[in-house]
Amino acid sequence: MKQLLTGNEAIARGAYEAGCTVAAAYPGTPSTEILEALSQYKEIYCEWSVNEKVALEVSGGASFAGSRAFCAMKHVGLNVAADPMFTIAYTGINGGLVINTSDEPGMHSSQNEQDNRYYARHAKLPLVVPSDSAQCRDFMLEAYRISETFDTAVLFRTTTRVCHSKSLVELHEPMRVPQRAYTKDLKKNLMTPGNSRPRHVDVEARLVKLAEYAESTPLNFIEEDGNTLGVISTGIAYQYAREVFSDRADYFFIGFSFPLPMKAVRKFCEVHETILVIEENEPFIEDEIRKAGIACLGKDLLPACGELSPKIIADACSHLPEASTYAPSVHSDASLPPRPPALCPGCPHRGIFHVLSKQKNIVASTDIGCYTLGAFPPFSVGDFFFCMGSSITAGIGFKRSDMSCGTETRGVFAIIGDSTFFHSGMTGIADAVYSRTPVVTIILDNRITAMTGHQHNPGTGMTLMGEQAHEIDLGELVRALGVREDHIRKVNPNNLKACSEAVNDALIAQEPFVIIARVPCALLPQVRKRAESKWFQVDAQACTGCRACIRIGCPAITFRDSAAVIEPDICAACGVCFQVCTFKAISMGGNKT
Amino acid sequence: MNDTRSILLTGVGGQGTILAAKILSEGLTRMGYDVKMSEIHGMAQRGGSVTSHVRYGSRVDSPVISEGEADILCSFEKLEAFRHLGYIKPEGMLIVNDLEIYPLPVLIGQAAYPDDIASVLKTRHERFQLLSAHTIAVKLGNPRVENIVLLGAVAHYGGFMQFSWEETIRDLVKPAFIDINIKAFYAGAKAASASFGGAS
Ligand SMILES: Cc1ncc(C[n+]2csc(CCOP(=O)(O)OP(=O)(O)O)c2C)c(N)n1
Repeated sequence: MKQLLTGNEAIARGAYEAGCTVAAAYPGTPSTEILEALSQYKEIYCEWSVNEKVALEVSGGASFAGSRAFCAMKHVGLNVAADPMFTIAYTGINGGLVINTSDEPGMHSSQNEQDNRYYARHAKLPLVVPSDSAQCRDFMLEAYRISETFDTAVLFRTTTRVCHSKSLVELHEPMRVPQRAYTKDLKKNLMTPGNSRPRHVDVEARLVKLAEYAESTPLNFIEEDGNTLGVISTGIAYQYAREVFSDRADYFFIGFSFPLPMKAVRKFCEVHETILVIEENEPFIEDEIRKAGIACLGKDLLPACGELSPKIIADACSHLPEASTYAPSVHSDASLPPRPPALCPGCPHRGIFHVLSKQKNIVASTDIGCYTLGAFPPFSVGDFFFCMGSSITAGIGFKRSDMSCGTETRGVFAIIGDSTFFHSGMTGIADAVYSRTPVVTIILDNRITAMTGHQHNPGTGMTLMGEQAHEIDLGELVRALGVREDHIRKVNPNNLKACSEAVNDALIAQEPFVIIARVPCALLPQVRKRAESKWFQVDAQACTGCRACIRIGCPAITFRDSAAVIEPDICAACGVCFQVCTFKAISMGGNKT
Repeated sequence: MNDTRSILLTGVGGQGTILAAKILSEGLTRMGYDVKMSEIHGMAQRGGSVTSHVRYGSRVDSPVISEGEADILCSFEKLEAFRHLGYIKPEGMLIVNDLEIYPLPVLIGQAAYPDDIASVLKTRHERFQLLSAHTIAVKLGNPRVENIVLLGAVAHYGGFMQFSWEETIRDLVKPAFIDINIKAFYAGAKAASASFGGAS
């Protein structure tokens, strides 16, 4: 049977058909939907791990126990998981182990566009790169065979356009893969220096075998028709290349990208007059080809920054007669107002940001989540972040610089979401307590991992598989980490007065201070339901047009004919506008129809 | 011969472009086409602009529509139609929902929403239809089926009306909303045919 699946759904399908029994992931665009899809197969244990390092360690442990195991993360997540990955590369596996990295050329929802194919070379792991959903499914099955044949974890790399594009996939029955026997084997599994040294030699030998496999794997294929132009491509770029050069070029598709099939590549290059390497972001394949002394076109024509598209490729290769031509871009007016993402109506992050925006002498070390949007107008609360979890620790460093140099008295606030706190914020609190650094941490506990589309986390009381879980209490947690009881404040972020008081107390604290702002995300179904019949309205007579309510950046509030107007269908009845209106022009509305 | 055709749906996060694109691509698959669909989510839910690319034909390579390549551009919001105008073919069909959603910079007074976008679009693109999907959806009893009204219009201009859409819609929407979505679909197709004539 054929079905239209996204790349992510097809990866999940592939893991299922390959007999995977344990899977772990931390959400992150564009990888999130893989585990969401995989958890639909009830026979597979699936978890949202607290972070990517944990996810890889869980799947690594399962592999050691004899399961076919899987873990998934976005590209930057692999930085977090790099530590276990580099040593799993030495130990090898028991049950097959596939590590999925979803890269993001174009950075639709990411902070950088690092090309994780380099991790394969760096860690000496085989690299599989599909270009559409059918390949996502098929290549997963082959990835498990590679893993078990060569005793290695396999890096499975996709990009946003593969993850989030749908195409047809042929479905098959799942394989039954019994758990492999576990035998204690310290020489292979316990990487003390004495054991690691010989294992490194084994890893090098494994690479030689993998390079031989690369020459015959079905993941690489050639489509030849006697053309003089030879295109070498991989991932989504291959689909774009086919679009641009159609049957006017021959193709070498490289789905097994490390180690490269250099013998076959050399042969392909010998019989083509012009070689063009098309890959998104870095010249990962191209560099190897050039290193082998083969002349080719590639990044001298194509950009390393951003996504490719058929048009970008065609425009860059317009001097090649084989390239199709596209109509020149018609730039629609550059003056159009942009439509950046914004905090939703009723977003519980709004109140805190409103209060903080009134503070003139603070620095906000922010973090990654919906609340990053607080850094932009109308709030402009948020100065920097490095990565998930950096808010508290970067805040400590910032504060310590101020204290060491004795120059500044500014308050340093770390702003972090609940999921991010569990991911990598707890160590920051421990560091703040240990170093007695007076940073103020505001945990925006909206009871869910919102940014990536509502995944559960250790604070929500539910698991990915729909089971009840223990709800870790953030207040108890930070107290256990050593924050003084009277330096922990729990507030309702929709109550501006309470937020203000907490912020003022925090500003004069001489020790780590934690404010836990707890109200569930306005998009959660149960919250929506509660807000359904409630809304606020503006009395146009009483409204003076001062625009104070406009400055909370709520999508439900517009300004028309010198007065504010609240759209009842959009209003989520959080009441923040009601509190900022000093003219009592805003009141609770009647029932919505 | 490349017979791939392209339909671009654009709108604002939360408007239901994703469901519309899903039904459209599933329907096209059941008609026997090779289909690819691509969309960017992630930040989409936070009221940003969203696009869904749908391509179909005997063999589709790229899931992404290039500029100047869309046979149909259906925008669920006026400003987004303006923003994505570069994607449509000169002879392509432009369908625009008669709806304005102010982006944040406009709401907080840092930018102005362009005046009378519909008239500007009309002068820039010949095959153009403004459709009040919202009014149609409200008349049917649920403003949330606006997306399926627009999908009906797309199906009309795509020339897909011989296909029976009921089953595809039934399989993809929540059980409680099947009937209203089917009605919305045909109301959209009808509104499209009434005001612009037959499909090409
Ligand atoms: C290492 C890493 N993993 C995953 C992500 C993707 N990501 C960005 S924000 C976020 C979750 C934020 O959730 P939370 O902290 O609860 O804040 P909310 O969005 O709910 O406000 C995730 C998973 C990332 N940017 N970096």
